[in-house]
Amino acid sequence: MNTMPIAIPAIETPWRLPSRGRVGMFSLIAAEAAIFTIFVVAYLFYLGKSLSGPTPGQLLHVPLFNTICLLSSSLTIHLALSELRVGKGATFKFWWLLTFALGAVFLIGTGREWYHLIYAEGLAISTNLFGTTYYSLVGLHAFHVTAGLVGLSVVMILALLGRVRQEHAQHVDVLSLYWHFVDVVWVVVFTVVYIVGK
Amino acid sequence: MSTNSIPIPGPIRLPRETRRAWLEALHEWVITVDHKKLGLMYIGYALVFLVIGGIEATIMRIQLAVPHATFVSPQVFNRMFTMHGTTMIFFVAMPILFGFGNYLVPLMIGARDMAFPRLNAWSFWMSAFGGLLLYFSFLGGDGLYGAGSAPDVGWWAYAPLTSPAFSKGHSTDYWTIALLVSGFGSIGTAINILATVLSMRCPGMSLGKMPLLAWMNLVMSGMVLLAISPLTAAQMMLMIDRYLGGHFFDTQAGGSATIWMHFFWIFGHPEVYVLVIPCFGFMSEIVPVFSRKAMFGYPVMVAATVAIGFVSMSVWAHHMFTMGMASYSNAFFALTTMAVGVPTGIKIFNWLGTMWGGKIRYATPMLFCLAFLFQFLIAGLTGVIQAAAPLDWQLSLSYFVVAHFHYVIVGGILFALFGAFYYWYPKMTGRMLDETLGKWHFWLFLIGFHLTFDFMHIPGLLGMPRRIYTYEPGLGWESWNLICSIGVVFQIGAVLCFVFNLVRSYFKGRLAGDDPWDAWTLEWAIPSPPPAYNFAAIPEVRSRRPLWDLKHPEDPDWKYDQ
Repeated sequence: MNTMPIAIPAIETPWRLPSRGRVGMFSLIAAEAAIFTIFVVAYLFYLGKSLSGPTPGQLLHVPLFNTICLLSSSLTIHLALSELRVGKGATFKFWWLLTFALGAVFLIGTGREWYHLIYAEGLAISTNLFGTTYYSLVGLHAFHVTAGLVGLSVVMILALLGRVRQEHAQHVDVLSLYWHFVDVVWVVVFTVVYIVGK
Repeated sequence: MSTNSIPIPGPIRLPRETRRAWLEALHEWVITVDHKKLGLMYIGYALVFLVIGGIEATIMRIQLAVPHATFVSPQVFNRMFTMHGTTMIFFVAMPILFGFGNYLVPLMIGARDMAFPRLNAWSFWMSAFGGLLLYFSFLGGDGLYGAGSAPDVGWWAYAPLTSPAFSKGHSTDYWTIALLVSGFGSIGTAINILATVLSMRCPGMSLGKMPLLAWMNLVMSGMVLLAISPLTAAQMMLMIDRYLGGHFFDTQAGGSATIWMHFFWIFGHPEVYVLVIPCFGFMSEIVPVFSRKAMFGYPVMVAATVAIGFVSMSVWAHHMFTMGMASYSNAFFALTTMAVGVPTGIKIFNWLGTMWGGKIRYATPMLFCLAFLFQFLIAGLTGVIQAAAPLDWQLSLSYFVVAHFHYVIVGGILFALFGAFYYWYPKMTGRMLDETLGKWHFWLFLIGFHLTFDFMHIPGLLGMPRRIYTYEPGLGWESWNLICSIGVVFQIGAVLCFVFNLVRSYFKGRLAGDDPWDAWTLEWAIPSPPPAYNFAAIPEVRSRRPLWDLKHPEDPDWKYDQ
């Protein structure tokens, strides 16, 4: 290959671009938000359109404990991350484990709620429009919580093996963005399903 | 001052001789995460589907050439238009544009690969798998009921036609899952392109100095995220309906067929722009190089693209005027649809302004771009008149609409794509495509295109509905349909020229060298085909035309544009 040396004046400001991990995760979040929007619109559109019972008002109870668990997990993952950024491995692990536990409690809570609805109340996805939209929307969110928990547990296992160090904070940060997103979606789903829709 | 080494066009090198076992080469392609190989795989895979989709179109045109034809049964005709539409949009246009984006964006922004190479490979294989699933329906669509074959619900698959009662067997399931799977692939690619463009640009390349093709791919990717996702959500709902007994689109249980239409077109209309915006990118790279002038109105071009991105997200219900919406909804969507024509018109003027006073070289890439310019304009104009709801009530679901969107997709998108092939083939393979064959390809395709799609407007105006498998004689439609079908012969001839040219030039084409077109963007600074690492040294750029600066040190661009 021929090359020609040429002189280029040095660029004055250092060349900095946003981290690709964060850009990628924000893009994924945009796509996921669009998917959730469609499900939320469908839920709201079909409110009260079921031709037969039961109705949300008869069956749904506000899952307050669950909600508190999930929302506080956003705080704990934030604390975990700030500990990791300053290199405090032990407290990072503590907060990370707590985040995982809170997420797991949320998922178990959803499971118990569904068990009750299916076996005690007889509401299935095919029962009526309420069943279809409720299980789809809450289920879609629960699926995202599950995916988040898989991610959290991978980091957790690596952390317990001592593989997560300060320099990995920016990778863990990308995962925490996803987890915050799952929490924000829950705020929307909670409002739509348990407050507006009830 | 720092001293950098930027490669300049040097003596022509022969493509490297390789004597590896065939299986070894195949293995290398299967496991690759190189953006160039994945790009070529996207393009190759899309070309295969282009031929398949073309065959389906030919079958339809043979059936419609004369009244009361019995070339295929009504059932087969339904499968053909469903498969043709689905194939051409999801397994030709999308992957071929992703292929070019994949190949070109990192080269143009001076990067060594995409931001997430493994995600890139994953996306490609998801798309490829989606295409296989769609076509497996010919074998597996029967299902346990022995009913159905390939999907036959139309490419927009309106409810309740997709409900288990009306769509037995698995044909619709294959359609759904094929789009779901390839949709995940598309979202993956869009994330990748966004992250690449925003985070991988070489030093000095601010957003305002980025090649327009990279800008267009950036906007396109943002639109994919917001447009493909609703389709993905709608497909999930359809699967819930079909497999779990849900009622989203089940009117018997209070569900709504209308909401499927909304969800589909929230995807469906932005999709048109997802396809055409990268083609605007091709135009914006090819037209300046062949007019020997810098792009006219670069910032306006970027602004117009972003404006299209926003406005086109709120025009979808113009596909649904005949459904009976409230008058204010009709007015809103009519106005937004007309408004989206404004930034599109601005672009047309930008390209015209680029050519104005330029020293135009009428090589094959430029010929296709010139045809694009006129045809896309006409396609846009027939679009704007249909934005008027009352006229649309008359024309909706007629062959006028079919002619209109084929004018956009064939006359616009496909022509720009052919131009892109002739322009970048030398970079991808190291050899030029043959100009004589290229001219044959261009003129045959131009004649065929205009025979088929100009005359297709007329039976539409005379009331011929779309999706009919045959028609009565004496309605005044016969001669127009015959002309449309004759045009297909020319198009087939043109595509044969093209495929022959692609294959022949790969072995016997004139060697291209690094920069056969005397172009100005970074991909022409490196050898053809580019080495796996793209750039030996990451370049630094100071203007929108880094190679111009290099070739004209006495009069560099960076003295002028900021």
